[in-house]
Amino acid sequence: MSKLLKDKDRFLSIVLITPSILAVLIFIYGFIGWSVRVSLSKWKGLNPDYTWNGLANYINLFYDPRFAVDVRNTVIFTSVFVVGSILLGFFLAVMLDQGLKGEGFFRSLFLFPMAISYIVTGVVWRWLMNPATGSRTSGLNLLFSYLHLDFLQNAWHTTPKWGMAAIALAAIWQMSGYTMALYLAGLRAIPIELREAAQIDGANDFQVYRHIMLPLLAPVTLSALIILGHMSLKVFDLIVAVAGKQLPLDVPAIYMWQTTFDGLFYGRGAAISILLLISVAILIIPYIWYTLHTETEQ
Amino acid sequence: MKKLSWILFSLLAIVAIALTACGPKAEEPAQPAAPEAPAQPAATEAPAQPAAGGKQVEVFSWWTGGGEAAGLEAMIKVFKAQYPDIEFINAAVAGGAGTNARAVLASRLQAGDPPDSWQGHAGQELIGTYVAGNQIQPLNDLYESEGWLEVMPETLIPLISDNGNIYSVPVNIHRANVLWYNPKILADNNVAVPTTIDEWLAAMETLKGAGVQPLALGEQWTKMHLLETVLLGTLGPDAYNGLWTGTTDWGGPEVKVALDNYAKILTYANTDSASLSWQDAAQLVVNGDAAFNVMGDWAEGYFRELGKTPETDYGWAPVPGSVGVFQFLSDSFVLAVGAPDPEAAVAWLKIAGSKEGQEAFNPVKGSICARIDCDKTLFGVYLQSAMDDWASNVVVGSLTHGVVANDSWKSEIDTALGLFIQSGDVDAFQSALVAACKASGPCE
Repeated sequence: MSKLLKDKDRFLSIVLITPSILAVLIFIYGFIGWSVRVSLSKWKGLNPDYTWNGLANYINLFYDPRFAVDVRNTVIFTSVFVVGSILLGFFLAVMLDQGLKGEGFFRSLFLFPMAISYIVTGVVWRWLMNPATGSRTSGLNLLFSYLHLDFLQNAWHTTPKWGMAAIALAAIWQMSGYTMALYLAGLRAIPIELREAAQIDGANDFQVYRHIMLPLLAPVTLSALIILGHMSLKVFDLIVAVAGKQLPLDVPAIYMWQTTFDGLFYGRGAAISILLLISVAILIIPYIWYTLHTETEQ
Repeated sequence: MKKLSWILFSLLAIVAIALTACGPKAEEPAQPAAPEAPAQPAATEAPAQPAAGGKQVEVFSWWTGGGEAAGLEAMIKVFKAQYPDIEFINAAVAGGAGTNARAVLASRLQAGDPPDSWQGHAGQELIGTYVAGNQIQPLNDLYESEGWLEVMPETLIPLISDNGNIYSVPVNIHRANVLWYNPKILADNNVAVPTTIDEWLAAMETLKGAGVQPLALGEQWTKMHLLETVLLGTLGPDAYNGLWTGTTDWGGPEVKVALDNYAKILTYANTDSASLSWQDAAQLVVNGDAAFNVMGDWAEGYFRELGKTPETDYGWAPVPGSVGVFQFLSDSFVLAVGAPDPEAAVAWLKIAGSKEGQEAFNPVKGSICARIDCDKTLFGVYLQSAMDDWASNVVVGSLTHGVVANDSWKSEIDTALGLFIQSGDVDAFQSALVAACKASGPCE
């Protein structure tokens, strides 16, 4: 009886899971395979052309000055965005964890930006970060001028070489609330006894955070790092909304879009997409492996 | 009981997934003409259809808003009056100055499901993409039978042809090489409207000395627009045309002069150009915040929208060095290879090239007719002057707007330009342009 039931259960579970496995196989791994094939071809123009081209598309990207700009921009964006979001998110979480009144209100307030799409954020920050000078000054620069903080006025995303950091500000605004929520959950999961024990042993607040909380929050920091990191590698819409498709703020995703659909270099576009995939995979696969590993141990 | 309903639900879900997966070609991405379009293959007379013969023409464009959509509606009205038995299907896709529409069109063509006719910039943008892909048909017979060769400028025809075949019907004409200026600022500073690049540079130096912003410039594509007019202004029409046919050397000294001129001109531009759209930049001139702006003549329609008066709030002249030359761009319609209803498609093209069709479309859109015999009284003072120039000037094509270079070549030039704006290195810019011509243009 029970064996029959077990077999039936197993059969049912296989039947139920088959469609999604098939869909994942075709629509994810199948298309990854197809993109890899395109990236190794000479396809340029409207009609598919699968002539073998070896690694030429990848090698050309390696020497492509535009791709060098993209890599540099991605590094700037990722470091400013990830470090900024984690620091700000952690700070907000610690503040909220002090048991202040109206915590729920502030929690929602800081989380709300995450509910907005990057396009909306981009449009708003495009206005805030208006780099116009003289009588046309507006946005944050105008605010600074009202507050007599003129030294803070700057060219934001049009700053030569470092404009990407300004775009990261908008992303920090959007995602630090999310990071805060991650940390807050982490903080709440730490047993209160640990804190109390440390305080009884004479640790001050800073020492409690430095030596008790932070080490215990390490898995949260790792999660935040991975989630924010892979988002920033793929960033596209935020930049397009703030600055359009312009070379000083170019990133691999924009280059991929432009070269594929505006320039019809399908082979090159596919190569960029595969490089993007690899860079995200480098970040994510060890994390997944680590999570699965620790979970099965438990 | 609970288990049974769970099984039922799962089965339903599986069936639903299977159905969507096996369904005929998943769906046309974002096709707005939703109700009519799927009925297209079923040519058997649908009962409620007004067109008795069941003939229909599906025309694909990105004219979904403003004067463009209104102009298209006006032209459709002319079409319906002349061909009441052909149903017109307006398959317009919104967004991004045609970027979305072209992505949708590309996927339809790759799936072997072309519309009867679609909109495209006349010239190499169409030829390089669709002729090379064997997607559109030559229209020489139509030009002969409709007598269009007599009513369109002679220098236009080679620019929209490939190997002697004409591939599209231009509906409207815009001019790219227009220098917009603020007459009051020029008068206040005793600056005459420049006619050569050197005069222009001198004028901008004077204005800069007087504390006036000499040149208004916008985001990257407006810089490419400026580049093409400076190339034309420095090289002259013949050498400029040669750039695109391979007879002018991109690495040569004349091009170097042109690029040096371009670099000098950029130094007079506003520092926040990267954050301005073309409207923002053009507006600086009519608001008195800048003296000059180079933009296509759609800017004139924008100035009118702002309530500005021609000749007092804004003046215009050919970009210095290009007097007597009309650098054009044009929206045009093509005939698809494998058009579902080629006869109806040709009927549409006849309207698009006709005097009535163009006179209906262009005053609303704010452009001039591709034909030189349109009624001038329908147009405003700027457009009338453009019509005179169109009929009398040497016609050359625009780079930014798809006439002279195919998409791949243009995107390579765009990348080279972006890198140049960052680095300011003219020599590297020139060698990148040489490389672009070799990789995607006619250069060997």
